[in-house]
This record gives sequence, structure tokens and C-alpha cells, in this order.
Amino acid sequence: MQRRLSGPVLDTGSGRRPEDFQIMDGRETRTGKTDAMNDKRFERVLAAAAAAVILLCAGFLLTLALDATPVIRQEGAAFLYGTQWNPVTARFGALPFIAGTVLTSILALAIALPLSLGTGIVLGEYLRDSRLGALLNVMVNLLASIPSVVYGLWGIAVVIPAVRSLALLVGAPPYGSGILSASLVLSIMIVPYMSSLIREALRSIPPGLREGAYALGMTTFEMVGGVALPHARSSIIAGVLISFSRALGETMAVTMLIGNATRMPTSLFSLGNSLASVIASQFNEAASDVHRSAMMGLALILLFITLLAGWTGRKLMHRKVD
Amino acid sequence: MKRSARIAIVAMFAAMLFGIAGTAGAQTLLGAGASFPAPVYTKMFDAYNKATGVKVNYQAIGSSGGLKNIQDKVVDFGGSDSFVKDSDMGKYSAPIVHVPTVLGAVVIVYNLPGNPPLRLTGEVIANIYLGKITKWNDKAIADLNPGIKLPAMDIVQVYRSDGSGTTFNFTAYLSAVSPEWKQVVGNANSVQWPVGQGAAQNAGVAGMVRQIPGAIGYVELAYARQNNMPVATIRNAAGNWIEPNLSSISAAAAGAFPADTRILLMNTDAREGYPISALTWLIVYREQSYGNRTREQAKALVDLLWWMIHDGQAYAEPLDYAKLPAPAVKAAEAIIKSITWKGEPLLK
Amino acid sequence: MNRSIAAAAGETVFRDTYQPRSLRNSMFKVMVTMPAVLILALMVFIVVQVLFNGARALNLEFLIAEQRPFGEPGGGVVQAIVGTLMLIVIATLLSFPLALLGALFLHLESGRRSARILEGAINMLQGIPSIVVGVVVYRWIVVPMKSFSALAGGAALAIIMLPLLVGMMREALRLVPASYMEAALALGAPRWRAVAGIIVPAARSGIIEALGLGIARAAGETAPLMFTAFGNPFLSVSLRGPVAALPLVIYEYIKSPYDDWHQKAWGAAFLLMVFVLSLNLVISARKNHIR
Repeated sequence: MQRRLSGPVLDTGSGRRPEDFQIMDGRETRTGKTDAMNDKRFERVLAAAAAAVILLCAGFLLTLALDATPVIRQEGAAFLYGTQWNPVTARFGALPFIAGTVLTSILALAIALPLSLGTGIVLGEYLRDSRLGALLNVMVNLLASIPSVVYGLWGIAVVIPAVRSLALLVGAPPYGSGILSASLVLSIMIVPYMSSLIREALRSIPPGLREGAYALGMTTFEMVGGVALPHARSSIIAGVLISFSRALGETMAVTMLIGNATRMPTSLFSLGNSLASVIASQFNEAASDVHRSAMMGLALILLFITLLAGWTGRKLMHRKVD
Repeated sequence: MKRSARIAIVAMFAAMLFGIAGTAGAQTLLGAGASFPAPVYTKMFDAYNKATGVKVNYQAIGSSGGLKNIQDKVVDFGGSDSFVKDSDMGKYSAPIVHVPTVLGAVVIVYNLPGNPPLRLTGEVIANIYLGKITKWNDKAIADLNPGIKLPAMDIVQVYRSDGSGTTFNFTAYLSAVSPEWKQVVGNANSVQWPVGQGAAQNAGVAGMVRQIPGAIGYVELAYARQNNMPVATIRNAAGNWIEPNLSSISAAAAGAFPADTRILLMNTDAREGYPISALTWLIVYREQSYGNRTREQAKALVDLLWWMIHDGQAYAEPLDYAKLPAPAVKAAEAIIKSITWKGEPLLK
Repeated sequence: MNRSIAAAAGETVFRDTYQPRSLRNSMFKVMVTMPAVLILALMVFIVVQVLFNGARALNLEFLIAEQRPFGEPGGGVVQAIVGTLMLIVIATLLSFPLALLGALFLHLESGRRSARILEGAINMLQGIPSIVVGVVVYRWIVVPMKSFSALAGGAALAIIMLPLLVGMMREALRLVPASYMEAALALGAPRWRAVAGIIVPAARSGIIEALGLGIARAAGETAPLMFTAFGNPFLSVSLRGPVAALPLVIYEYIKSPYDDWHQKAWGAAFLLMVFVLSLNLVISARKNHIR
């Protein structure tokens, strides 16, 4: 038990076991003793840091769960499926926001998937080892680093007027903001993540597979469609799920574009609210205890949905690696 | 590169430390709440900073937010244009007082081609926000506005998405004039709107109405004036068509004031009074020695309040808010004098 | 898998003639290139528009003056520039040590159950939506401290940065050859010294890059600051008081009905984007250079 910190570094290849090093550490000299003590201390500091992170995590769950208790006690399961959200009568049903969140994210995903597949294939296959590919990859990563609030700003300036013209054209109410605007900007925001993940998935295909396919005289299309994509399928699905979980939790851009209406969305042009956007616009003013608790309840639902998508994605990713 | 980065970091820390030492002397106060009076408040606080050096940070997050923050004791004062009802006093762990500051009007703004002057009644506004009137050329609107060519556009109702005293006053008025409104929607800082689009704060509603052709919204008069937006003329309880302006707002507040100043000026009987006039308050704890507050902070707060109901009033009218009438100032003086530090009045 | 190659190849090679296959291949190339070009064009469009609109708001007053009262033109965003810098410093001070220790723990203990639990916790932290972080920090710090504060804002950003830093630093540690550690131990160095004196310095550039990317991410976060740092029209450097931040200013100003503030929102977006993008560019240039 003295050598609890033995890591992979010591275990790899060399055939020496951690115990072999004990002689050195355990020497009965002055320095040896302080060294051993310092090592103990070092170990404790690391363990404390790890414990702090884990506690932080547990604290999040605990805080949300405790604070959400009053609303769950009042509404029961109806908190999940109720369609009324009315602070005046203190009825709190989160379904309009769950619908808004899932709807915008799925739409965003549907728009982003073909775009990301194309970009990912171009970067991961056609421009695999070229300078241009590296440059474009840097640009895509830059797109991923633009802050959410800047996307929201851009959406207000460009997407909302465009969607408003479209709405006037098809005879829908000319709000401009709404489910469609939020989804469009959301899709632009997740394309960089998704295409990076797809590119990585394609690049991680064993080179022999690709070479073999080309050696058999396949065209790039046949290689990608018949070999590369099927081989990378679960990584790609994982990437899609991880991007989905990002879209679910995205706050600022959605808050700025979705229209902030606490009703069930009924069409692409209707206004709505996502879980994150309701919290952003109502948390600071929820004055009654139940309203405040309902905010925490929404945060809990959001956390749960996001983690579920992310966790499923990571599970798939790891299964692929194993 | 590495060295310069290190120097930059050290410099940043040094700057922060100096900064902390430097501002330790300057008194700061934090308030949050109603966006209805935010234009005049930020103007007053800017002037107050120049006159006294005290920095007052006011965040216009909406009246409900202000009330919640004062409940949580995370601000020095909350701003609200709806007073705290007796039934809600239990949410505060200690007695609170209302200090009135200025009077304003909730006005109906719209965005139509050419922006013709419009006349509306409370009934019609209620029906628009109930979704019963959906087109601008609806007969109900046209009958009130003979000679004005109304477009066949959809009405886009814009409302406050955050909890708001402006909404409180607006829905209080609609409840007073429309039984159906009272029954279906009701009166509160945030209600469940049957139709329309939400926007945050007065500024957000004004911004949204400016953006959307065919939109209608309700904001404080100052926001409409600052943005050159058309404002509807409304028929008051006495049957007169009243344009919201300083004299019609003051007229609505001409009556007597209760000692705690908690009064709704809604749907006034005054012949020349604008029907959606409203008072706005700052809300503070009567006993100021709570949490980790210092006496200096408490003193700075009451000094500010005193300044606002006297010298500060000069900033109201240029921004289209009405000054407090004399009885209200008198009541406010008594209220401010009742604020204590460990039982001792802070002002004598 | 080899079978599938053979099968796929067999089907295509022998059933089709070359021409339709070549045509299909070209069509495919066009089909995948179009979205890539579209996305890159969009990216250029967004960046150029922010830079163009933002540049018009830039002047000396914008950079050194405080906010003016509502509806009064003029003034600047110095309070937000200083606020954002301050929040970044606080967030770095809070998250960096913990992240480095966490990454070391994962590195040294990898494969153990405790490491797997920590990894799960890190993954979970990374998945927490930023608005939820803001809400929880409000409960943890703002309410007990009885004030919105720079400290609370910095803490919220630190929680956003933490999982990112741990992940990237762990990768940096992984790139240090295992033989370094073995050599240090063989020379009689205690483990803490081997880690502090050899492993961490060897991974230094990766760790600095991780920090840079973490800062770039935190600088643009808005949602966690709304209920913590809160905003301030005045320049403030007090840890215990509320501060402004560039993202908060963008959000507040673009919602307002004032044209002057709209302009300033673009100006603030310009500053924020230039900061974030140049940080990212410098780091990716460094990475490519090293490789």
C-alpha cells in the first residue's frame, strides 16, 4: 500500500514492477525519510483535489435536487408533462420548454448533419494530409470558438430579418424570432463540433483499410460510402450525440432568438422557450418559493437530458475504441 | 514570448491589487429591479456620482427581480413599480418600506406604415392582447379612428417576458376595464399571455416593437419618447381622450396619498388624468443593520434616497417622468426618516 | 471488415463499368464539397460582419469611458473590458491549480477506480449547461455572501473552465514519454519531485496551451455571469462587488431600443471576438509549429 501512486508509467513494458523502486524510496536516510513523507503529502494533495472535483459534482446534483423538491412535491409528475406555465396561478408544467429544447436541438441537428458530414469528409478524406486541409481545419475550429452571445447578436441582425421575410412569404406571423431562427443559428453553432468529430472518426480508420480499398480499385465515393463511413459509424453517431447534448444546453443564442413565449410551439414559426432560455429570462425574478423551485427543477431536467445524450455518446465512442 | 506573458500576468495582478486599494474608499451601492424608471434612475445616479462620488449600480432586471433580490438581501435596494401587497409581506424576513421616486405612464406603442396617430380604449387593448382582435383594420379599431386608413396587417402583440411592474400596471388596468381579461388572464408581474411575443425589460419591448411591422407593445413613456415611437391616445374613465404626458400623469396623481404611499393610480377618475399612470418605488429594509452591512453603507443609502426625492426630482421631467406631488414627497420624507441602524434613525 | 471490402469491391468493380462509377464519384465530391464551402463562407461572413460592424463603434471614448445613462449617446465599455479581464484572472486562479492536480491524479492513477470516478465527474461537469452553473453558483456564493460579486462570476467561469483544463492538461501529460518518469525515479528522485521537476515542466507548453484555450472559452461565456457578476455601469475592481463583462454588455445592449447601444454591442462583440480568435490562432499556430 505504500506505493499507491504507481501509474501506467511504471507498469509499461520494462518488466520492472513498482515494488522494485521501493528500496530507493524507503532508504533509512534523512532525505529518504522526508522524501517519503513528502510523497505521502503529495499523494494526499492529489487525492484532495480529486475529491474536491467529485464533491463539486455531487454538490451540483444535490443542490438542484434539494431546491427542486418543492415544485416536484406540488406538481408531481405533472411537472414533466404539464403544459401550463403560469406564475400567477402557480401552475408549473415544463412540457412547453422540454418540447422547445428538444425541437430546436433536433432541427438544428437535422440541418447540421449533412453540412457536417460534407465538411468532415472533405477535411478527413479529400484534404487528409494537405496544407489546405490543416488550414481549413483551423478555421472550422475557430468557428467553434466564437462565443454564443456573438452568434446571438449575428442571428438578431441576419437570421431574424431573413426568417421574417420568409414568414411573410408563407403567411405565418412575422415575428422573425422563434423555433426556426433559434434552430438555424444553433445548427451553425454545432457544425464545427460535429464536423471535427466526424473528421477525427474518419482519420482514425486503420490506414490499411483505406489503402486496401483503394488498391481494389474503389473510387473515393465507394471507399467512403462502402468502407470508411460504415467502419466509423459508431464514432460518428457518438459525435452526433455529443453535438446534440451541446445544442440542448446552449443558452444565450437561443434565448436571444427563440421569442420567449411560455406556450407549446405549434409550428416552425411559432415562438417558444427552451429550458435554458426560460431559466435565463425568469430566474432572476422568480419571487415565490415554488416559482424559484420550478426554476431549479427546469435546471435539473436540462441537466438530466444533456447528460443522458452526452453519456450515451461517450459510451458509443468508447465501445468503438475497445 | 514566455517572459512577456509572465510580465503581463504580474502586471495584471498588480493592477488589480492597486485597483482594490484604490476603490476601497469610494462608496458603492447596488440596486436592481424595475426597468420602467431605469432611464431616469441611471440619469440621477450619473449626476449623483458626479456630485458626491458615490457610485450607484442599478441593474434594470424587472420589478420581480428587484423584489426577489431584496428578499435574498443581495442588493441594497430593490426597484419596483408594483407595491408589495400585505399578503406578500411574509416573504420578507424583516419589515420593508416603500420610497416613491417618480411617476410615469405605461403607454401603448405600435409600428405601422406611416405611424398614424391612434386612439384606443382599454376594452380594445384588452381584446387585442386576448387575441380577439387580430388585424389592424378590425372594425373595433377602425371605429375609434375615423379617417385613418388602417392596413390589413396582422397585429403582433409584444409583452414582457420577465416579471415586471410595467406588466403589473398594464394588466391591472386591463383587469379594471375588461371583466374577461380579469377572469382569463388576471393581474400580476408576469401573467400567462394568450397570444404574442415576449421581450425582456422595457428596453426589449421597445426594441422588439421597432423591429416588427404590425407590432403593438406597452412601455414606459420615456422609452417611447427616446425612440420617437408613436403613442396611442387612450380614453379615460371620465370618457376623455388623453394623451400621456407630464400634465396628464400628474393629474392622475392629484389625489390624497396614504402614509405608506402604496397606492394604485390606475384608471383614475380625474378628468384629465392618463388612465395607466403609475408610481414607482425603491424598496429597502427599515432596519439597515443586517447581514454584513456597515453603518456607512446604510447612511449612504438613506442619503441617496433623500437626494432622489428632492434634488433628484429635477431629472424627472426632461425624461418625461412626472415629479412626485407634494403630498407624496411629504410621505416619503417621513418614510426615509423611519429607516434605522440598530434602532437609531439614520436621518434626523 | 476485410470481407466487407472484398464484398463492396466485388459488387462495384465487377458489376459496373468504369464511367458511371467515375461520374458518381465526381457527384459525390461536389455533394460533400458544397456544404464545406458553404460553412466556410458562412464563417467568413460572420467574422467579417462582426469585424465590420464592430469597427464602426470603435474609438478612444469607447475604450476608455464608462457607460452613459440609458438613452444618452456616447460613453464606452471600459468597465466591461476591465471586468472581463478580472473575471478571467479570478477564474484562472481558482481553476488552474485544481485542474492541474486533477489532471495529474488522472495521469498517475489511470486505470484505478478512483480515477474512473474522477473521470466520470469531469465528464459530467463538462456536460453541465452553462446556465445551470450560473444558477448553482448564485445559490452557493451570491446568496451566502449577500452580494453579486466578481468573485462569484469568476467562480462560475472557473467551473466552466475546470473540465476543459483537466481534459487538455491530461492529454499534455500523456505526451510526456514514460521514460522520463522512470529515469527520474531511477536516479533516486522522490515521486513528487519527479512529477514537479520533470513531468510537469516537460508538459509545460501543452499546459499553457490548455490554459489559453480555457481562457478563450471562459471569456465569451454569458449565461453563468447573469446571476453572479451581474453587471455594473461603473468601472469596478472590487472582488466583493458586481462587475460588468463584455458578453453581458453585448446581451444588454442589443436588447435595448437605442441605436447607439446596438452599435456598441457590435463594438463589444468585436473586442471579444478578436480576443478569443487571436488566442485560438496563436495556440493552433504554436501547436502546428511544434509538430
